[in-house]
Amino acid sequence: MDWGQIFNQSASSIISTTTIAYALAALGLGVHFGQAGLLNMGVAGFMAVGAYGYAISILTFGFPWWLAAIVALLAAVVFAMILGVPTLRLRGDYLAIVTIAAAEVLRLLLLTVAFEEVTGSADGLYGYSGDFQAANPIPDGEYGFGPWQFNQNELWPIVIGIVLLALAVLLVWAMMRSPWGRVLRGIREDEDAVRALGKNVFAYKMQALIIGGVIIAAGGIVYTLGSNASPGVYVTSLTFFVYTIVLLGGAATVFGPVLGAVIFWVLQFFLSNLMPALVDAGVLPFMTANQAGMVRFILVGVGLMLLVIFMPQGILGNKKEMTFVK
Amino acid sequence: MSSDASSQSGPPTLVPREKTTGLHVGEATPGCKKVDPIIVADNVRRSFGGVHAVDVDHVEIPRGAITALIGPNGAGKTTFFNLLTGFDTPDEGKWSFNDRSLAGVPAFKVARRGLVRTFQLTKALGLLTVLENMKLGATEQRGERFFTSLFPAAWRSQDKEIEERARELLVRFKLDAKVDDYAASLSGGQRKLLEMARALMSNPTLVMLDEPMAGVNPALTQSLLDHILDLKEQGMTVLFVEHDMHMVRHIADWVVVMAEGKIVAEGDPSTVMSDPAVIDAYLGAHQDVDLGVVTGRVAGDGADADASRHMIEEESNDELEREEKKR
Ligand SMILES: Nc1ncnc2c1ncn2[C@@H]1O[C@H](COP(=O)(O)OP(=O)(O)OP(=O)(O)O)[C@@H](O)[C@H]1O
Ligand SMILES: [Mg+2]
Repeated sequence: MDWGQIFNQSASSIISTTTIAYALAALGLGVHFGQAGLLNMGVAGFMAVGAYGYAISILTFGFPWWLAAIVALLAAVVFAMILGVPTLRLRGDYLAIVTIAAAEVLRLLLLTVAFEEVTGSADGLYGYSGDFQAANPIPDGEYGFGPWQFNQNELWPIVIGIVLLALAVLLVWAMMRSPWGRVLRGIREDEDAVRALGKNVFAYKMQALIIGGVIIAAGGIVYTLGSNASPGVYVTSLTFFVYTIVLLGGAATVFGPVLGAVIFWVLQFFLSNLMPALVDAGVLPFMTANQAGMVRFILVGVGLMLLVIFMPQGILGNKKEMTFVK
Repeated sequence: MSSDASSQSGPPTLVPREKTTGLHVGEATPGCKKVDPIIVADNVRRSFGGVHAVDVDHVEIPRGAITALIGPNGAGKTTFFNLLTGFDTPDEGKWSFNDRSLAGVPAFKVARRGLVRTFQLTKALGLLTVLENMKLGATEQRGERFFTSLFPAAWRSQDKEIEERARELLVRFKLDAKVDDYAASLSGGQRKLLEMARALMSNPTLVMLDEPMAGVNPALTQSLLDHILDLKEQGMTVLFVEHDMHMVRHIADWVVVMAEGKIVAEGDPSTVMSDPAVIDAYLGAHQDVDLGVVTGRVAGDGADADASRHMIEEESNDELEREEKKR
């Protein structure tokens, strides 16, 4: 077994557009779920809105890449309002049902051949990154060290992703330390009590849904920046991966979701390299290498369950909170 | 403020405070007119299935006074609170606060107009600290608007003022040692106190308290009642639900009695509490007799208590027989 290669691969995933995209999605979900208590089960839908909003804006409307990104974020605002207006007045669980359904509807719309010209149906969208790469100010060459080596084309989306992530973290941090964030956390605990104090609970929940949704959509954009948009990515299991990340890092914290995303992807890469290698080495004789690669998804599910049961506050969460989780 | 002298800390004044009188016009009948009503409700009805939880033809709550709403369990007091504050919608009816209609006004707008309520089942915000709970009560915070929240310079000074006020109130409510603890770590009585203190953070015109002293120890109850009297002197109106008749007698200027959704009696505390209908429906005939005497565990002082114990026994026997016959 080539341990060096396994560790190298795992370490390289710390800095990748995938990790950054998931970190953004988790950060947005942290605003929804961790701060406002909104059970958004449509993370995949918000990410798809970002990804396809971006790709369609370029391919169908010929927008420059930065304008396409802005359009995609505005699309997320609209998506959040469409979901929120009918459901935020209802009890929390309804939001979960509506968001999971909306994400599925959206995915099927992207998949149907009726809109193939715009959405690319099952093939998805690709070949739109020309304008983005043309805007790349980084001179040609190899950058980085150790496991983190990128050429200028790989580095550019990572730079944009990190800038977006940093801005989003700053935004969330600024909101959460403010009285606005205090109201949001109050709503999470008991919205009637907050209502009785004269706060417009619906407006706060809507603002939270929009801001979180926009951040999640930014994750979708980063995920597709330099590559392609494929409907097979935005499935419900993506939502559960992001929940795992948020719970791992600490839902009610600012940096928890980012840390969670890093740990999640390092583990994913580690397992996806380790398991087949173990099979090859004859350690797991009852599996094929292919099956072993899939085991990591089972482990994610088991990990999510263990997290919720034994450490619902997450790595960065306040231990004191644990005492009071009902 | 006129009451500054009396709100200074120090030994509580032993002089009983004047009750506010002359609140009503004409006879003190159910639904009677008030000289200066702050709340006027007309034909407010709410039924759950077949139960008429609230069925109020007309009631007025006097301004600048402390009004107690009493009545047996299930009389509809909490439901009436919910209706008045926009937390529930009546089947029909009109009601106004400060001469402006409140029908159909959402709960948070009711609160913004200065009508703040607490809940019978306490709603402490568990995973917020005691101080955060308190700060949430303050109104018109610049930092609670989304865009200004991003710029601390815009709200920091106001937040400091709010924090100071919160700390002062917490001392009053004996919660100052708990400032930085999660509200979830408070005891049941402490949560009641926190909720009431939080409501007062908004400087309401009218505060509606649903059983505020349930589970609060006697010494603290007294000091808080004193605080409520201070607030009244500063012009606040109080409407509260309470089953503790000592409290009602001690601080209420006016008492409204509800039973089966209707207002059945109104008046000043001593008159209402000697009203046979009220005694019959709510207080019971033996409210002045020691419970130990009633249950026969303590020897009463003489024939008087003995007689009343006999009466109670007979009454309960009668009742049992009646129940039996019904079956
Ligand atoms: N949500 C509800 N659904 C059905 N019935 C209800 C509901 N809320 C209240 N009721 C009924 O309405 C009646 C009045 O209830 P309410 O809570 O107002 O009583 P209360 O006067 O506050 O009593 P207590 O002194 O015990 O607090 C009761 O018979 C109760 O069963
Ligand atoms: Mg009640």
